[in-house]
Amino acid sequence: MRDDQAMQSINIFWEQLKRSFAIAKKDIRIYYSKGPVVVFGLIFPLFLFLAFTIGRNLSARELFPGLIGMTVFFTATSVGPAILPWETRSKTLERLVCSPVSTWAIFFGDILASFIFGVLVSLVPLGVALIIGVEIMDLLVLSLGMILATFCFASLSVLLSVYPPTDIPATVMMLSSLIKFPLVFISGVFVPIEQLPEWAKIAASLSPLTYFTDLARYAINGISYYSVSVDLAVLATFMLVFLVSSVKLHEKFLPQRFS
Amino acid sequence: MSVAVVVHNLMKRYGDIIAVDHISFEVKQAEIFGFLGPNGAGKTTTIRILTGIIKPDEGTATIMEHDIGKEPLQAKQIMGIVPEMSNAYIDLSAWNNLMLIGELYGVPKKQRIERANKLLERFGLYDRKDQLVRGFSKGMKQRLILCMALINEPAILFLDEPTSGLDVESAKMIREIIMELNSAGATVFLTTHNMEEANKLCDRIAIINHGMIAAIDTPENLRMKSSSLQSIEVSFDHSLNTNNLAKIPCVKQIEKMGDKIKLYTSDPGETLNCIMDYARSHNMRIITLNTLAPSLEEVFLKLTQTKREG
Repeated sequence: MRDDQAMQSINIFWEQLKRSFAIAKKDIRIYYSKGPVVVFGLIFPLFLFLAFTIGRNLSARELFPGLIGMTVFFTATSVGPAILPWETRSKTLERLVCSPVSTWAIFFGDILASFIFGVLVSLVPLGVALIIGVEIMDLLVLSLGMILATFCFASLSVLLSVYPPTDIPATVMMLSSLIKFPLVFISGVFVPIEQLPEWAKIAASLSPLTYFTDLARYAINGISYYSVSVDLAVLATFMLVFLVSSVKLHEKFLPQRFS
Repeated sequence: MSVAVVVHNLMKRYGDIIAVDHISFEVKQAEIFGFLGPNGAGKTTTIRILTGIIKPDEGTATIMEHDIGKEPLQAKQIMGIVPEMSNAYIDLSAWNNLMLIGELYGVPKKQRIERANKLLERFGLYDRKDQLVRGFSKGMKQRLILCMALINEPAILFLDEPTSGLDVESAKMIREIIMELNSAGATVFLTTHNMEEANKLCDRIAIINHGMIAAIDTPENLRMKSSSLQSIEVSFDHSLNTNNLAKIPCVKQIEKMGDKIKLYTSDPGETLNCIMDYARSHNMRIITLNTLAPSLEEVFLKLTQTKREG
């Protein structure tokens, strides 16, 4: 009897997971070609990176951890904040909510879309790095770190659209930029953590991006500020916290989107 | 006949405003149930509760024996929904919209494709299936929404103002489809402003006003029950002072309509006799004489205005 119930629960979970994938597929089809996503997710971070690096005599090995950190962070968080306002405005969120899909599955689908987009785009600088001869000492750690970090940032991106429950994408994009850009500057993307002043090191420890850039530095240069296990454990913790809180908080504020 | 929808003591409040005020009603299986009311009466709030978009503050709603609050997935699985505002994804093609909804309802791929092809053919959208919905007219969008609502072959269909603002052809097609689906056994819950549509389509009608149910019955019974709205239309071979007819017992109101006079009465039989007597005594000949039941629109206006005045 208990086995039957367990099997039924697994079946329901699997069915819902398939519906999350359908939502992710829809998000990728619709949102990743939209102007704000391309500007905030690809063009803006690229120019930010170029502004920092041009004229400084840095090797590809020194540049790569920051570049991959920025790419993963900006691409995985590019569309997540805007999906809910867009869908609230076009009333398609109502369509999703009245279909037989759990609310967690809806938001998990949005997170999955950001994750898939983040991973695919991040493969580009990784491929370029390999082509120009950047030697990656620990590809397994880098890959694991990329997967964890992309999922963590994808969850963060959906969390950023929780409040206010608005139907204006620009409002959410602006508010999320207020959080995203300071994070980039305190996370050792441009300056390694060990070179930061003490107060900045404390601030850096609060950012999930810190742990990924630290992992990327380890994977390429063999040097890291934290140990690999600490980096992975903290990233996994951030990922779980962002994932659970984004689903729970969206469930809480969802009714306000329909009033 | 078994019951498809049971609404018990449903209440929804927005701040100080009670949008739905402890309403209860039932919809039988395989019936077309009309839900009528003026703007802001609580129609859309009710349909949103029944379809699981919002939660009620009090009360329960059961769809085919599944409580929408406790078993939302099971209840939603057997519904098809046509909302008031078109909500297809305009940046997806008609085909991709249908495939998405099919996936969200767990329709297997082979069936999804078969049903989508059939629906698009039936609704005259097959040739446009690969075009983005962004370029569709309002009528085409609404037909697509109906296709999306039918991809899971629902046992109950909720339609919120399905023909509002549509061209004549699209509106007619949607009404025909509703009748077809109902003939095939589907239950239909329909909100509309169009009294003629409600009169033609619905087996029963509920009129909601200020969040409360003002009346529930068949369209014919609603008309018959409104005794004060029954009338007699008469014309004579020469004109007369309408004040004379106002003295007839049971006549409540008189309206002059061109060469005809309309007398609202609570007893058409008695009034008819009095009119004949009046014609004889004044040596007048009756040209036309009709007894009229009120239109559904008149009943609706009476019920909603009475409540408002009350």
